[in-house]
Amino acid sequence: MATVIIPTPLRKFTNNTARLETKASNIHETVEELTLNFPDLKKHLLDDKGRIRSFINIFVGNDDIRNLQQENTTVQDGTIISIIPAIAGGISIKK
Amino acid sequence: MSYDNIQFSKEELARYNRHIIIPEFGLDAQKKLKQSKVLVIGSGGLGSPVLLYLAAAGVGTIGIVDFDVVDDSNLQRQVLFGIQEIGKPKVEAAKRRLESLNPHVKLNIYNTHLNSQNALDIIKDYDVIADGTDNFPTRYLVNDASVLLKKPNIYASIFQFEGQVSVFNYTDKNGKLGPNYRDLYPTPPPPGLVPSCAEGGVLGVLPGIIGSLQALEVIKVITGVGETLSGRFVIFDALNFESRTFNISRREDNPINGINPTITELIDYEQFCGMKAVEEKPVKKISVRELYDWQVKGEKFQLIDVREPHEYEIVNIGAELIPLGSVADDEGKIRRDIPVVVHCKVGGRSAKAIRLLEEKFGFENLYNLEGGILAYIDQVEPALTKY
Repeated sequence: MATVIIPTPLRKFTNNTARLETKASNIHETVEELTLNFPDLKKHLLDDKGRIRSFINIFVGNDDIRNLQQENTTVQDGTIISIIPAIAGGISIKK
Repeated sequence: MSYDNIQFSKEELARYNRHIIIPEFGLDAQKKLKQSKVLVIGSGGLGSPVLLYLAAAGVGTIGIVDFDVVDDSNLQRQVLFGIQEIGKPKVEAAKRRLESLNPHVKLNIYNTHLNSQNALDIIKDYDVIADGTDNFPTRYLVNDASVLLKKPNIYASIFQFEGQVSVFNYTDKNGKLGPNYRDLYPTPPPPGLVPSCAEGGVLGVLPGIIGSLQALEVIKVITGVGETLSGRFVIFDALNFESRTFNISRREDNPINGINPTITELIDYEQFCGMKAVEEKPVKKISVRELYDWQVKGEKFQLIDVREPHEYEIVNIGAELIPLGSVADDEGKIRRDIPVVVHCKVGGRSAKAIRLLEEKFGFENLYNLEGGILAYIDQVEPALTKY
């Protein structure tokens, strides 16, 4: 089983679960499984064409899947998959 | 850049003694700090520790950009300010605080919005940029301006319990240029998809931690001591005290400095981040005064609050609670036969809710309460709790 770490801003779509186990063998399957189990996550992870959104980065271990085999990047037992969205930080109630 | 002619007074040598006696740091690194000019963009949660530590450390010239005034809700994390500064411009309050901390630092303040018109002019005089802003348009603006002007950009960002830090656009000792923000996130999220801190909140000590890491990287970039975070991206999760470090690299399709750059000058970042498109679709509005009139006259209308339950618990004005996230599911609870006033904290989420209800379910009777519950408290019920 690989582990997916869900970032804070997306945890409200995973019943506040920070870590999820997956039997998926690559990133494509991982994302498919996540969006199937948590349908609300889908629009945050994938665009209209089903591609991973450009403000979402997925890392396998320490590396960006864009520098590996993109969504075909394989995951193994014990692999840590991190989903890292862009966050803007700070506070501004004027926005 | 030569720093040989940098001199220190007796007071300065005493002040920086704990730096100077570190063998790897020494007088050389201290001279580089004094020689350097750092621009800190945003003097809020992240800017506070960055400014305090950079001024204390002896950075020679510090520029501060912020358009905001100190608000009492800032003091939970913006440790530069005290209650006597509420209502005053942040840059001026910051300058006073930093002058009393270290009179040997030259401070330049810019009480303005950083925008495409002024960014290059302000940034060009500095060696290093520290970006502690709170919104995507300014993030991309600072990134692009730093790349165009070839300045290292020390990046930090926070949300609730999580922080991110990296060093962008840094040229290492071998002349190799590292990645920038657009290598990591080529385009921003559309508005509304990622909650802002005003909606999501932030634990006050988190910007203290992350801003201190940012100050550390600024000092390393200036002095050349140690290994900077260029090419690495650090995530810190305060809840489980875990940090993870990811490798990042330059991308050929980076629109500002990839193989075929399409951005050669600063663009309209509000538009780029989709903010203007949203603004162009206005929703019907109602002022606090009009709402109060309706209430006094006993007009028939429905009042809906789209904030989160914990906010409702802090303060409410008797509206029906339907949080933004469940508006679509609960649209059946919203009346169509009488006017419906929708409110949130300041008016952003309620506008989103109205647009969604109009577009998806064809509502035509929804009014956005201008200024939200905060404006209502100010103008109608000042005794209620503001947050």
